[in-house]
Formats: sequence, C-alpha cells, structure tokens
Amino acid sequence: MDLFVQQTVNALALGGTYALLALGLAVVFSIMGLINFAHGELMTISGYTLMYCGIMGVPFAVSVPLAISAAVLAAVAMERIAFRPVRGGSGATMLITSFAVAMILQVLFQNLISARSQAVALPQILSQSVHLGNVIIGVNKIAAIVATVLMLIFLDRFMNRQKTGIAMRAAAEDFAVARLMGIRANTVIAGAFAISGLLAGVAAVLWVSQRASVDPLMGFTPVLKAFIAAILGGLGSLRGAVAGGFMLGFIEVYLAAFLPQEFQEFREPIGLGLVVLILLFRPNGMIPSRFLGSIKV
Amino acid sequence: MTRAPLLSAQGLNVRYGAIQAVRGVDISINEGEIVTFLGANGAGKSSTLNALVGLVPVAEGRVLFDDQDITDFAPERLTPMGLTLAPEGRRVFGGLTVEENLRMGAYAVNDADRRMAAWDMVYDLFPILHERRKQFAGTLSGGQQQMLAIGRALMCGPRLLLLDEPSLGLAPKIVGQIFDLIALLRERDVTLGIVEQNVAMALEVADRGYVMAAGRVVATGTAEELRQTDRLSAAYLGEE
Repeated sequence: MDLFVQQTVNALALGGTYALLALGLAVVFSIMGLINFAHGELMTISGYTLMYCGIMGVPFAVSVPLAISAAVLAAVAMERIAFRPVRGGSGATMLITSFAVAMILQVLFQNLISARSQAVALPQILSQSVHLGNVIIGVNKIAAIVATVLMLIFLDRFMNRQKTGIAMRAAAEDFAVARLMGIRANTVIAGAFAISGLLAGVAAVLWVSQRASVDPLMGFTPVLKAFIAAILGGLGSLRGAVAGGFMLGFIEVYLAAFLPQEFQEFREPIGLGLVVLILLFRPNGMIPSRFLGSIKV
Repeated sequence: MTRAPLLSAQGLNVRYGAIQAVRGVDISINEGEIVTFLGANGAGKSSTLNALVGLVPVAEGRVLFDDQDITDFAPERLTPMGLTLAPEGRRVFGGLTVEENLRMGAYAVNDADRRMAAWDMVYDLFPILHERRKQFAGTLSGGQQQMLAIGRALMCGPRLLLLDEPSLGLAPKIVGQIFDLIALLRERDVTLGIVEQNVAMALEVADRGYVMAAGRVVATGTAEELRQTDRLSAAYLGEE
C-alpha cells in the first residue's frame, strides 16, 4: 500500500509534466493546426538558462523565472521568425518547418555550448524528501505537483476569463469569424506561442529538477511523450491534453513499479500498447476536440 | 447635392482558382437603407458580401466605405470602422457561452460606455440571450443561434451590418421573428445589407435590392419595382 501511494505521487509528478507539455502543443495546434516539434527545444533553452544562472551564482528563486521567461521569449521569436512566413501553409509544410527549427537549435546547442550533458546546480532542498508514515516523497515531486496544479488553474482562468484567452478559444473554433469580431490573427497566434513557451518553461524546470543535468537533446523525449499524450487525450483539445498527460504518466510509472522483473525490458512497448488499445476504443482520444478539422488561419 | 453612399463597390470581381464567382458587380448602400441581394444559389451573393468585408480577396475592382478605399482591408480592420458581417450558417462559437460570444463581438470596442450601451441594446432586443447567457452557444436552438449571431455582430456598434442568409434553415415562425427584428434595427439607425433566399420577406423589409445571377447584377431597383419585375423570377429560374 505504501509503495502504491508513493508510486501514485511519482505518477502525478511525471504525468503533470507531460500534461503541461501536451497542453503547450495543444494550444498551438488548436489555433494554427501546427504540431510544433520544436517545443522540446524551448525546454532545452530553459534548461541551459538554469545551467548558466547556476554557474554565475544567480539564486535559484531568480533563475527559475529567468528560465521560464527565456522559453516564452524563444517561443514568440520562433513564431515570428519561422512560423509566420509559412502561416496558412499545409499541415505538412508547418510540420517540416518545426522539425527544421528543432534541428537547427539542437546543432546550435551542440556547437555553441556542448554536445555533452552539463550539470545544473540545484538547491539542496530539491533532493531532500519528506517522510509521511512509511511513505517517502521527494521534495522535487511535491514541487512538480504543486507547480502543475498552479499552472492548470492559471491556464483555466486565462482561457475562461481573460479577453485574450476567450479570443484564443474563439479563434480555435472559427478563425474567419474571430477575425470578423476584430480579433487580430497575430495577437492570438503570438498569444498561443507565448502560453506554450510558458508551459514548456515550467515543464523544463520540473524536468531538470529531477535530473540536475541538461544536454542538447533534452527536450526530445519529453515532447515525444507529450505528443503521444496529446493524441491519447484528443488532439487539439486542451482538457484532453491534460487527461492524456496524466494517463501516460500513470501508465509509465505503474508499469515501472509493478510489472514483474522479467517483463521490465518490454515496459515501453507494453506502455505504448496500452495507448494503442485506448485509441482502438476511442480513436479521437479520451476527450476529443469538437473542432478538429475546422477552418484554420 | 446627394451624399456619397456609405458603402460602394465598383467592378467587383471575385475568383476561387479558375472559378469566377463575382463578375464586375457595381453596388452601393446608402446610410439608413436596407438593401437586399437576391438570386439563386451560386449567383455570387455571399461571395460579394465576403469580399466586401475582406473574408475573400477582391480580384479586381474597388470597395469604398465612408469615402475610404477598403478594397484590401482585412476583416479585423473593418470591424473597428463599423463594417461587419453576420456570416451564413450563423457560425456562433459553440464552445463559448452566449455571454462570451457577445463579449467577442465587442472585442474591438475599447470605449467602456459604448460597450455597455451595446450590451443593453442586444439584451433589450433579445431577452432570450440574457436568459441563456451562461449557456454554451452550441446548445441553443437554430433560431436562438441566429439571434446570437446577429446580436454578436451588433456588439461592435456597426454602421453597416451585412447579414448573410439570416433565415436559412429556420422554422417559419422564427423567420417572422428575425424579420421583425430587422425592421427594429432600422429604427436604431443600423444600415443593413441582407442576402436572403426568402424573397417575399426580404422585399417586405428592404428599401432597394439587387438581383444577381451567374456572378452579375441582372436587375436592381426599389423593393416595389423588384416585386413587379419578371426578371426576378427569371434570375431564380436560371434564364439569365
């Protein structure tokens, strides 16, 4: 029972990080019809910001907001430089553009920083743990869960109460009519990228907090997982992205914890098999978007 | 000296790839008028309206609104100037509440007093929208959605409101309500351009009309004149 509680906490922490990343992908996809595979590089940029802040002795309380801001700025710059010129292009055009952005950034990290993994200085407290009865919970796991919950509350408020957030929901449904309301395409698209950057930045801080290192390909795996989570939840649906992220986190952590030893090497295929199984019964995801296939920009 | 029309288009052409939807159309709408656009399906009425508000590009020709050349303006620039369209098929934001839909309608209005006046006017015209304000627009009936689409377009305080097929797909009783409303809008100094397939209703509320066939204007005149001309039925029967 104690093991189960502990693994559930781990699953919530990992699933929450996937959920934040999947949400970032979903916000941009719902508005532009673009799957941004360079989303992971936003994470890497945050990771390197944390690393350099550590080297320069910047306090962690300052370097975290700096790292998150770096991802937001990078996301907005990415849209302006790489995606605006192909806006309105086919899905394939935008997808290939996002691969190109990801690869260019990876090569830049390798050549300008280092191809090897770099240590990131973290405050002591993150590696400590709390004992609750027989359950031992890492402070970094608690931090991940709290940060995820705060981000989800923030995003919910933003999308449902702020004028720009409501405009983003409107544009995701029907871009042409949103423009008839006087909503500028650049505003909602830049807004979507800024939100996705914010989510990637927070996810990066959580990701690095578990590993204390950063490398040029750091963002690849989590974003691939987030992409799976977004599909599992229902591509383009924000609630679906959150549900899919948590579901994937639970599948991965429980399999790692409870699968018999002799099957452990098949953990990944078994996990993906479960995802495929869910999609067999719910082909459009757990919480499908009602507007998939609607007119984009 | 007569005043310049509020909106005019000269030699308007719209193309979708190889297909020419609108061919050299000249139209004008004066302040305070209700002008209707009639014709069979595919006559180019909706394309004309969409081109006026910048939803589809103008291939050739010129559009003037309030003496300003707006030919290449995007829709989001025209709304703050007072020109907007309630599109065909209602196209309310189904995943937004009624209130949020209306709030989006006022997106371009920065003046808080004007916004308040717009809320009051729309809720006054459509008490049902006030009653349903917390409900998702996707759960409204067709008639209520049409009221919301018109209400949403009114939220920006338009000087010229274009309505594309406001009665399409609605029950006869609801159609009557929509046209009563259009008559009410005239009293509120909103100039209207209406594409309509319900010819009798449209000519009843309109001052003037244009009859279109195969992308051209084939007849124009006052509503009274159009009621009597046989070019109208000819346009519908495809003899033009």
